[in-house]
Amino acid sequence: MILKEGLWKNMPNMVINKSWIELGLGKLYAIWLREFKVFLREKSRLIASTFTPLLWLFVIGEGFGSTTDFFGTMDFAADSSIGYQQFIFPGIICMSVIFTSVFFGSYIIWDRKFDFLKSVMVAPVSRTTIFLGKAFGGMTTSLIQAAILLVVGFVIGIHYTPLSMVFIIIIILLLSFTLTSLGLTLGSHMESLEGFQLIVSFVVFPLYFLSGALFPLNNLPTWLSILTTLDPVTYGVDALREVMLGITGMNSFALNISVLLLSAAALGTVGILSFRRMKAV
Amino acid sequence: MITIKNLFKQYDNVTVLNDINIEVFDNEVFGLLGPNGAGKTTLIHILATLIKPTAGTAIVNGYDIIKNPSEVRSSIGIVFQAPSSDDMLTGYENLKLHSLLYAVPKELREKRISEVLELVGLTNRKDDQVKKYSGGMRRRLEIARGLLHKPTVIFLDEPTLGLDPSSREVMWKYINRLVKDEKITLILTTHYMEEADFLCDRIGIIDKGMIIAVDSPTQLKEQLGGEVIEMEFANKHVDKENIDRVLKQCNFVRKVEIDAKNGNVLIYVDDASHNLPTILKILDKANNTEVESVELRSPTLNDVFLKFAQRHITKKQGLDEDEDDSEGGFMEKYAQYGNK
Repeated sequence: MILKEGLWKNMPNMVINKSWIELGLGKLYAIWLREFKVFLREKSRLIASTFTPLLWLFVIGEGFGSTTDFFGTMDFAADSSIGYQQFIFPGIICMSVIFTSVFFGSYIIWDRKFDFLKSVMVAPVSRTTIFLGKAFGGMTTSLIQAAILLVVGFVIGIHYTPLSMVFIIIIILLLSFTLTSLGLTLGSHMESLEGFQLIVSFVVFPLYFLSGALFPLNNLPTWLSILTTLDPVTYGVDALREVMLGITGMNSFALNISVLLLSAAALGTVGILSFRRMKAV
Repeated sequence: MITIKNLFKQYDNVTVLNDINIEVFDNEVFGLLGPNGAGKTTLIHILATLIKPTAGTAIVNGYDIIKNPSEVRSSIGIVFQAPSSDDMLTGYENLKLHSLLYAVPKELREKRISEVLELVGLTNRKDDQVKKYSGGMRRRLEIARGLLHKPTVIFLDEPTLGLDPSSREVMWKYINRLVKDEKITLILTTHYMEEADFLCDRIGIIDKGMIIAVDSPTQLKEQLGGEVIEMEFANKHVDKENIDRVLKQCNFVRKVEIDAKNGNVLIYVDDASHNLPTILKILDKANNTEVESVELRSPTLNDVFLKFAQRHITKKQGLDEDEDDSEGGFMEKYAQYGNK
C-alpha cells in the first residue's frame, strides 16, 4: 500500500496514544448524544409521553379514588394521607418508564428503516458499544420523563427526602435499562415496522397491567399472582411504593432491588448478544 | 488497494456473487457497472464488512475483510444508496457524530468537519436539520461523512440514483474534485453507462453476480471495433466489393458491412470524425452513386454492456453467436461484430 501525502496514514496511528477504553467511551458518548439530541428535538414525543401518564394519574386516579368503598378495602388505608391517586403514583412513574423505554428501544426499527443504523454499523464501533450507547440514551430519556412526573408528585402530596430521591433515581434507572434492553432486543429481531403494534399489545400493556401499578398484589387469584411475579416491573413498582409512600409491599426492598439488578443484567446480556447477531443490512 | 479473491455469496440457494476476482489499484476510480440486481451493492456491502461472504475473501487497504473487519472499517468511507444521515440532526451534528465514531482526534475534528463541508459545498447549510436538505444536498452530506476520517478507500453506491440531471452533473463535479483533492481510491457502482464512462478509470462489468469484463472505458469501447460510419447511398444496390476494394488502401478502415435491413453501408473505422472526409472523397471518386446521408456513431458503454452480457449468455448456453444474428436491432448486431 502506498501512503499518500497529507493523509493520516491510517487510523491505528492516528489514535495511537489513546487506550481502547477512552476510544470506546468517545464512541459511546457519540451514540448517547445523538439519542439525547433527537429526544430533545422530537417535542411531540415528549409531550405525548408526558400527557398519557397524567391522564392515568388524574382521570383514573381521581375517578377510582372517589369510590370510597374500593379504597376502603385496601390494607394501607391506615395512613389517611394516601388515597388511590397517591397509591398508583409509583405505578404511573413505572408506566412512563415502560412506555418510554420499550418504545425507545424498538425505535431501532426506524433507525434501520432509514439506514441510519447501517451507517453506524459500518463505522469501527463494536455492537456492544452501540447497544450500551442506545441503552444509556433510553435511560436518560426515561429519567427525564419520570422527572417531569416526579414534579407533578408534589402537587398530589408526595413527600420526597434526599435519600428517597436517590433510591427513586436508582430504581428508575435500573428499570429503564432493563426495559430499553428489552425494546432493543425485540427491535433488533424485527425487520419491519409492522411488528411495532405487536410490541405494544403483547409487551408494553402486559408489563404495565401485570405490574401492580394500579392495584395491590395482596389478594390476587393465583394465576394473576404468578404473572405479576414474572413481570420485572412489579419489583420496580413495589420498591418505589416503599420509598415514596412508605408502604411495605409484597417483597423486601433488598429483594426488589436484587430482582431489578438481575433482570437488568439478564436483559442487557440478551440485548448485547442480539445486537452482535443482528444483520447489518 | 483492493484485492478480491474468489468471492462467493449465496442466499439460500441463490448465488448472488459468483467467483468475483478483481484487483483495484491505488488512486483509481473503479466502476462496477451492471443492471439492477447484478450484485453490485452486495459486493460493496461485503467489502465494507457489513455482510460476510459465503466463500473467498478480499483485502482492503492491506486488511482482510474477514479477519480484520475493524481495521477495514477504519480504512474505508462509504456512501450508501439511500441517504443514511439522521435527519433530526443538523449536517454539522451528523458529521460530529461520525467523527466521534471514527475516533478522529479531537484537535483535528473541527478542522476536518469544516474541510469536508467546504468540499461538498454545504458550509452555509451546516446548521440546518438534514430534513430540510434537498436530495442532492443529502447525498453530498453523505459524501462529506464518508470522507471525514480520511479513508484510503471510498465506496459510492449509486451516487447519483434519483438525482435530476443537473444535480447529477453537480455530483459528478464533486466526485471528480474529491478524487483529485483527496487522493483516494474510489469504487462506485452505477447502472448509468455515461456515469461510468465519465468518472471511471476502469470498469468492471457485472451481470448476474459475475464479472464479465474489466477494462478502461476506452478499451472496452475499442473492443467493439472502433467507431462506425453508416452511409445511405442514392442507389440502394451498392457494390460492396467495390467499396471494400477502394477503402482497403486506408489503414484506418477495419471492415465494411452492408446492413441487410436497409442496404446501408456500415464502415468500421478508427477516429471517424477525422477520417470521414477522406472516406467521402475516396468514395466520391470511385463510385457512380451519390452518398445521401452519413451518420457517425461512437460506441457507447451501452453497446459494450450489451456485447459482453450477450457474449456471456451465449457462451454459457454453448451457442454459436452468429445464430442470434437475425434477432435484435442495430445495437445487438453491432455488439456481435465486435466479437469477430
